[in-house]
Amino acid sequence: MESEIETSNKEYFEILVKQNMRRAYFTALGFVGSHDAALDLSQEAFIRAYKGFSKFDRKKKFFTWYYKILKNLCLNYLRDKKKRRENHFLEIEAENLKAENLSERIENAELISTMEGAIEELEFEEREIIILREFEGHSYKEISGMLNIPTGSVMSKLYYTRKKLAKKLRNKI
Amino acid sequence: MINEKFIVLMEKYFSNEISNEEKKEFEELMNSDSRLKTEFEEQKRIKEVLNKMKLKNPSREVWDSYWMGVYNRIERGIAWVVISIGALIFFGYASYEIVNAFIKDTQAPVLAKIGISMLVFGGLILLFSLLREKIFTSKRDKYKEIQR
Repeated sequence: MESEIETSNKEYFEILVKQNMRRAYFTALGFVGSHDAALDLSQEAFIRAYKGFSKFDRKKKFFTWYYKILKNLCLNYLRDKKKRRENHFLEIEAENLKAENLSERIENAELISTMEGAIEELEFEEREIIILREFEGHSYKEISGMLNIPTGSVMSKLYYTRKKLAKKLRNKI
Repeated sequence: MINEKFIVLMEKYFSNEISNEEKKEFEELMNSDSRLKTEFEEQKRIKEVLNKMKLKNPSREVWDSYWMGVYNRIERGIAWVVISIGALIFFGYASYEIVNAFIKDTQAPVLAKIGISMLVFGGLILLFSLLREKIFTSKRDKYKEIQR
């Protein structure tokens, strides 16, 4: 017997999930800093997206629409102070790992820990812009659409957030 | 205070979206003000550090089972809705039959019959009110996703 989920919609939605699951997970990971929570929140956001799929304009980018649901879920998660946030969500890029010796490995581990701490201390809006641009590589235009702000504001926010990070990391980088 | 033009040019420079004229303008700005040069160096350094890092990749199994995780949760959600509707119909019908039999019972005290009728009527009003509120709120509240 065919599933409860309507086939054509299901197949289309399956493609969308598979196309967007990585950036959905990584974006959530950047926001909440925990693997389990990022997996749960990104999947929950897809479920809510499916429930409201009739409202989605198929001419537009799915991720931009989906992102708003995901962001709200992550904000709710972070507002719940009872949940302890983990702080191990970064790693060194593979190409930098190849050449690293023991002292570099220790240095990189310290750098990761310092950066995670610095990002953790940022306001949500600042953390959001750093995750979207520096880690997820979204273009200024894409971020502008996702956050509903002009491209110039995206650039400006990025500049001030990087400056804030540099201040936190002074003497360490 | 750093001017916005400088920030825009610097971001374009970082993302390789800068034209030759803009690049020239950007360099002239930095040459005319050492403060801007320092700002640029600081931003460049922090970008280099960020570029060395990435968000932690989970194991391959996470991606292999990701869609099934979403699908199962959607399916279970639908199953719970169907179960809830079925239970509501069943218990509604059972309650109706019990109350009906009780009211038709000539040996049952009149006061108990009035009491049980009011209990059922009150319960129905409460259920209707809750449903109306839920439907009304979900249609009107654009911030429904945010917990308050």
